[in-house]
Amino acid sequence: MVRRLLALLTVACIGPWAPLPALAQPAGAPDELIRTLSTDILERIKADEALKAGDIQKLSRFVDDVVMPNVNFERMTSLAVGRGWRTATPEQQKQLMTEFRSLLIRTYAGALSAVKDQTVRVRPLRAAPDDTEVVVRSEIVQPRGEPIQLDYRLEKANSAWRIYDLNVLGVWLVETYRNQFAQEINARGIDGLIRSLAERNRRFAQAAGS
Amino acid sequence: MSLVGVWRRAGLALAVLLLAACAATGPGGGTGADPDDPDDPLAVARRADPLEPVNRRVAAFNDALDDVLVRPLARTYDRYTPEVLRLIVNNVLSNLLDPYIAVNNLLQGKPAQAASDVGRFLFNSTFGFFGFGDPASDIGLVKNREDFGQTLGVWGVPPGPYLVLPVFGPSNVRDTVGFGVDVWAALVNRFENVPLRNTLGGLQFVEQRARLLPTQSLLEEALDRYALVRDSYLQRRRNLIFDGNPPEDD
Repeated sequence: MVRRLLALLTVACIGPWAPLPALAQPAGAPDELIRTLSTDILERIKADEALKAGDIQKLSRFVDDVVMPNVNFERMTSLAVGRGWRTATPEQQKQLMTEFRSLLIRTYAGALSAVKDQTVRVRPLRAAPDDTEVVVRSEIVQPRGEPIQLDYRLEKANSAWRIYDLNVLGVWLVETYRNQFAQEINARGIDGLIRSLAERNRRFAQAAGS
Repeated sequence: MSLVGVWRRAGLALAVLLLAACAATGPGGGTGADPDDPDDPLAVARRADPLEPVNRRVAAFNDALDDVLVRPLARTYDRYTPEVLRLIVNNVLSNLLDPYIAVNNLLQGKPAQAASDVGRFLFNSTFGFFGFGDPASDIGLVKNREDFGQTLGVWGVPPGPYLVLPVFGPSNVRDTVGFGVDVWAALVNRFENVPLRNTLGGLQFVEQRARLLPTQSLLEEALDRYALVRDSYLQRRRNLIFDGNPPEDD
């Protein structure tokens, strides 16, 4: 409790002077970041019918404004793409990130309708103070039914913590895409993967527009 | 047909498929990168899933069955069953499993959890009115999720090749054996009243499928649904064996 208060005070004192966007937490504890961020996200979704209904454009803005400042999406994409990432040109890397982002937004849009009266419980952090890579464990607590395990991998860079992988019920997001991406790269190369992702995104946009 | 009946038939079908698989493919199979590279996720996948060609066929069959029969049934059930009734169905089935979960916790060397499971069963069967409610959760006796496949895992039995079972879906050799023991031991299957037993068995199947309906967009947006399901299943089972705290590296 004292530690949490101290952390809050630290954020409150440093916050106003930090030359960073409001949501990027300078030097806070990683579990504190997850607590604030996931509670904030949950509350915003609860209050927004359009988000709950899976409105892709609104969700896309929401992800850019609220989620992405706290995510190292480049690292996340590079881990999912695997060895192919190193040989990809900067332009290809940018395209991969754009298409992967759309894929994730579409994939999880449907799940937001399940947000009702859940709350977040962050489990005690097991990490040394000078760690720069940690796993923060949390649970989505539901009034009925079992809690849903939700863990995050975070890295510390330039004194800010950012998420680069997350785990639902024991399944890491990056790992579930690694094989699918590798198969595509093996068969059709990096450009093949980009084309195949872009094609899906386009098909979806057309279906939604018609 | 009872669940046991379904299981026997599935087992027979599986045996035939396994034989076919052995005849059709040697080890390895597939194309692409260096099979010995530990950094190559496809090499890792090939080791865990040597029967991939056959598994893919069974998965395609299961998907077709899901499209025409199981999912429509689950959707109808989901739409027309009142929330309260579903809660009761869930609670009753979950309550009937708790003694068996206790046995598994004992076998895994976790007597405290086993005692909690027994406590849950006693409390919910009485104060919860034959398990209609789950007041045990409210007094802090949390539900554990254990099965014999996990027990085998805790004992150090290796998972063996990944398997897709007809109708029942993703598994591996270890979990298939575990599943057989689970079905054999299930209280539901010990009921003398055959119509009641079949109703509960059928309800359990449909209820479980209905609970997975929200994951449909995940399946549909997958580049390769088969790989997504396999890689999720293997991670999920490992996570369950370690009760949510698997070691970081293999």
